[in-house]
Amino acid sequence: MNLPDPLLPVACEVISRHQNSADVFTVELQPPPHFGAFRAGQFNMLYLPGAGESAISISGDPADRDKLVHTIRAVGNITELLMDGQKGDSIGLRGPFGRGWPIEEAYGKDLLILAGGIGLAPLRPVLYQAVAQADRFRSINLLVGARSPMELLYVDQLMNWKKQDQLRLQVTVDSAAANWRGDVGVITELIPKCRFDPERALAMICGPEIMIRFSVSRLLDQGMSAQAIHVSLERNMQCATGFCGHCQLGPHFLCKDGPVFSYPQVEPYLLTREF
Amino acid sequence: MKDIATELKEHPFFADLPDPTINLLGGCGHNEVYKPETLLASEGAEANEFFIIRRGRVAIQLHAAATGLARIQTLDAGDILGWSWLFPPYRWSVEARALQEVHTVKLDGRCLRQKCDADPALGYALMKRFSRIMTQRLEATRLQLLNLYGKANEPA
Repeated sequence: MNLPDPLLPVACEVISRHQNSADVFTVELQPPPHFGAFRAGQFNMLYLPGAGESAISISGDPADRDKLVHTIRAVGNITELLMDGQKGDSIGLRGPFGRGWPIEEAYGKDLLILAGGIGLAPLRPVLYQAVAQADRFRSINLLVGARSPMELLYVDQLMNWKKQDQLRLQVTVDSAAANWRGDVGVITELIPKCRFDPERALAMICGPEIMIRFSVSRLLDQGMSAQAIHVSLERNMQCATGFCGHCQLGPHFLCKDGPVFSYPQVEPYLLTREF
Repeated sequence: MKDIATELKEHPFFADLPDPTINLLGGCGHNEVYKPETLLASEGAEANEFFIIRRGRVAIQLHAAATGLARIQTLDAGDILGWSWLFPPYRWSVEARALQEVHTVKLDGRCLRQKCDADPALGYALMKRFSRIMTQRLEATRLQLLNLYGKANEPA
């Protein structure tokens, strides 16, 4: 069961806070009493009295009902104030909102997950679910791009999943010092190196929009159909219930109809300036 | 062990080239192994070869006075390294260093240039393939320049 009034924030206690990198941090919240299950890819509105609200993807395990995890990048007033928060603080929360990733559509297929920068956060719930039922997929492939090795998220957890052969992991960074032994280059360069059957694959992409566009282009080059590619988009979300129109993209309200879309649904708008 | 022509035939870069052409190209190549940290190419050195990486990882790097050694890209098994052999002044514009033991097929660019000059159809076929790689690398470099994962208005 979800919160009774989707427009009314409910106070949640911060049960832990962890700094992932210089400007990225993870907060774990005590779920409100009425908070039910969430779907991988959904988001919550986090509210700080006197500051405002910000839409933040849920980045934890959907099976874990004891905490709500959000990995956040400090890029504005609210998120910067959230970064200053401590264990025991109270944060207002509304949610969960939006349409999540179509995990069930990937059963029996090669699952390709492409994450750029903080875009890994909304995809981590997919990884939790996919790894927990790995035998339902032909393969689970995670391609990660980041600016530098210091900015990679969830490194220990990803390496652990990789070591246990639960997923195929490829990581690349835009630049690195000489002691970095991994890939250097953009995430699109990883796609041709990934082993998958383009006719039996489903891709999920989250990251900067230009990264999404070029990744889609590479996946189409590899023979994937556009319908099998799903993307998560980001816009200015305010009400999160499809009333205010701040997050409108063509005929879609990202907060209600998204943030996850199949690529053909949003392609015309991604290629149009000012949208 | 496979002969060089067979290696080339199985590589997507040479896909659709007729057997006589593959055999001709194979005559310009040999296997070469590089130990970790050894150089496959040095910036400014004569470029009379290119490589097909069969195994291992190679770092493409540039020295800059302000930032020191900058690693621009890494190449892995299946990747092609080097196009400076195609264009005057035939000098490497980057450093290529083995990060692991690297197994390559090394092709003699001088030998290939002569064959391409003598047979424009071969030259065109190779040029098309290298142009594709250059286009992909240019596209990747453009994305890197955009500082994709940086904040708005943050310098790259």
